[in-house]
Amino acid sequence: MISISPRALATGSDPSLASKLDLNNLAPEQVALDINKLNLYYGKKQALNNITMSIPKGQVTAFIGPSGCGKSTLLRCINRMNDLVDDCHISGEINLHGNNIYNKHVDVAELRRKVGMVFQRPNPFPKTIYENVVYGLRIMGENNRRRLDDAAEKSLRSAALWNEVKDRLHESALGLSGGQQQRLVIARAIAIQPEVLLLDEPTSALDPISTLTIEELINDLKKQFTVVIVTHNMQQAARVSDQTAFMYMGDLIEYSDTNTLFTTPQKKKTEDYITGRYG
Amino acid sequence: MNKWFKSGSPWIWLSAGGVSISLISVLGLLWLIASRGLSYFWPSELYQFDLIDKHGAKSVVIGEIYNREEIPVSQLAHLNLVLDPEQEVLERLLIKTGNRELVSLDFRWLLSHYIQKTQTPKDLVSVERRTNGNFYGYIESVVVDGNEVDSNQLDKLLTRVDNFQDKIDELQKSDIGAINYQLERLRLKTRKYKFQDKLTAELKAQIDSEVATLNQSYIILEQELMGYRQAISRDHIVMRAMDGQLVTINFEYILKVTFNNQLSIVEKTAMFFSQIGYFLIEDPREANTEGGVFPAIFGTVLMVLLMTVIVSPLGVVAAIYLHEYAGKNAFTKLLRISVINLAGVPSIVYGVFGLGFFVYMVGGSLDQLFYSENLPSPTFGTPGVLWSSLTLAILTLPVVIVSTEEGLSRIPSEMRFGSLALGATKAETLWRIILPIASPAIMTGIILAIARAAGEVAPLMLVGVVKMAPNLPLDGNFPYLHLDRKFMHLGFHIYDVGFQSPNVEAARPLVFATALLLVTIIVTLNMTAVSIRNRLREKYKMLEH
Repeated sequence: MISISPRALATGSDPSLASKLDLNNLAPEQVALDINKLNLYYGKKQALNNITMSIPKGQVTAFIGPSGCGKSTLLRCINRMNDLVDDCHISGEINLHGNNIYNKHVDVAELRRKVGMVFQRPNPFPKTIYENVVYGLRIMGENNRRRLDDAAEKSLRSAALWNEVKDRLHESALGLSGGQQQRLVIARAIAIQPEVLLLDEPTSALDPISTLTIEELINDLKKQFTVVIVTHNMQQAARVSDQTAFMYMGDLIEYSDTNTLFTTPQKKKTEDYITGRYG
Repeated sequence: MNKWFKSGSPWIWLSAGGVSISLISVLGLLWLIASRGLSYFWPSELYQFDLIDKHGAKSVVIGEIYNREEIPVSQLAHLNLVLDPEQEVLERLLIKTGNRELVSLDFRWLLSHYIQKTQTPKDLVSVERRTNGNFYGYIESVVVDGNEVDSNQLDKLLTRVDNFQDKIDELQKSDIGAINYQLERLRLKTRKYKFQDKLTAELKAQIDSEVATLNQSYIILEQELMGYRQAISRDHIVMRAMDGQLVTINFEYILKVTFNNQLSIVEKTAMFFSQIGYFLIEDPREANTEGGVFPAIFGTVLMVLLMTVIVSPLGVVAAIYLHEYAGKNAFTKLLRISVINLAGVPSIVYGVFGLGFFVYMVGGSLDQLFYSENLPSPTFGTPGVLWSSLTLAILTLPVVIVSTEEGLSRIPSEMRFGSLALGATKAETLWRIILPIASPAIMTGIILAIARAAGEVAPLMLVGVVKMAPNLPLDGNFPYLHLDRKFMHLGFHIYDVGFQSPNVEAARPLVFATALLLVTIIVTLNMTAVSIRNRLREKYKMLEH
């Protein structure tokens, strides 16, 4: 049984700002991503049905829904990680700055630099903490030591990890705790200054205290980036997001600002889910 | 009983038994070759046996005891020996008597029945010589420049000879060797110009003058050499052999004079280690039955290293293609199965392939294209160290491919995704993330490849190994590494010394010593690779999720 008090919802999201946005009618400069009639098939099985939604800029958007509803799949579409899955076909468009990222001429590596991603389980590379953070920059050809140092410090500060690791930047990243590793991975993702940051259940492998740290971090991150987060934890969605999309069986059931979705859901399925009748 | 079966104890006993058997066989093998091999270096006592045969004739035998055997009296019935009727066996000794210029066989069986007296006289010496093997006997006199001197001068004289010998070796191997090498190159150059019709009078004059300069310096060096030779052969030693004959041995031929029976245990130990040292750094003598095995050690290690350098990149690249880029279809599967099956092809087949493909086809074509001036004598169209390394690289390729692929497939996909999500391309991800993490698995493949290649002899006999190579594949003459040369190999050396040598008795301990050395070298190579792998493993330790 889950009950969410309106007060809990207020933390992390700013209802006054969220209420200003009409998600169905955003001005072009407010849109970070525009998903249009997106269908996705794994072989013959359809995993996403005709998804259409706009993700606003500089806000935290959460995808919630029961396991297998397609929320992670949708997230992976945004930086084309599904390209790596055999037998996966996609129709429809996702527009970033008005350009369809599924256009033939799109450089996928370039796209992924603009749309960063953090995975469910912390996946630091078996390198030093420093080398992990500057990995993306090195890939982009940056080798100037001073610029790398600056970027590393800035990203680690943004990821609220600097104070914990500043004395051991050149030790292996594998020596960090799970929560620290996840923040390191976030630092790594933001070091290349993406526009959008995708978080795929970033706290599901972490303990409650690390989870709290990451949630606070997400709140700070939206000042710089558009954040899209997938979570199976409804309280988390309520705490950190401005918009929430509820998905079920590959369909986008309901998409509105977090406050509205959790307090006055429009659809029966949403209500059933958030009140814990299934899922 | 039933309960005992159910408890699983029988299986534990069975598997523990399996481990014990493996352990015992490995240790037994090592113990056998170590004990037999190392005893070769231990300075043994010298014995003098006073014999009397059944006709009452007396004689003396001097030598080292090599082996003892007990034989039943019934086998000796034809000798009509007068024996104690209760005695059932008689001891027989194998004596190394040396002195090859006096007797044709330097080994001899002695029946203990004939031995009247056994002594170990202190002044008995063994003289190790460059040719004709050891000489055992008493020093009669030491002659310096025609004058007899006291025998305590022996050490000083031997050191003097050693110094000259070092100079001679140096002169012959590096200086004169270099001149010969350059003369040969000039001859080939002339031939090449002649073939191409470019041999102008000017060029010819230039080459001739170079040849003249070289010949000039050759003559100078030869004179120097003759000087050393003369100096070295100034002195000699007169020895009395077991039958009383006097034999003159020139210092030129003497390597070492040892009073074996005067040595204390400490001196013996010191000599034991210095003998091992000689064995490792000296060239073989007397059809490989004496001296050291340095060229064989060098050849084995060089060939294995070359093989590693060739097989590692090739195998890794092939595995990357198979695992990362090739489509996941039936053809790839077939390819993979074929690669795995290649590991089961008998090695001699690879030898035949190497001879046919590398030596005759590739080598032959290279000769036609680049070394035509040397034809009909081949340069690369003949077995050599390069072809041996290539053949063994092909032989060990499946091992490297299979273990690299296994390593690649063990890497969690999160690593790839993490890198790709940061805007790295597939190739960048491979180079920066995947290959470093897979490096311990690649090292495992290389370790297995080294272990297999270092022990192979059969294919090498077809593609490059010889009994005696006059030059090492690496020397001071440009281009320093001569991949076309033939080389010696410890594995083949064992076969050659043990089974092809004219003096099987003398060679037997050498076979064990060489086998021990081969095992040691392979273990060393392997251990080096294992320690590199462990360091890599530590560095790229995967997350324990």
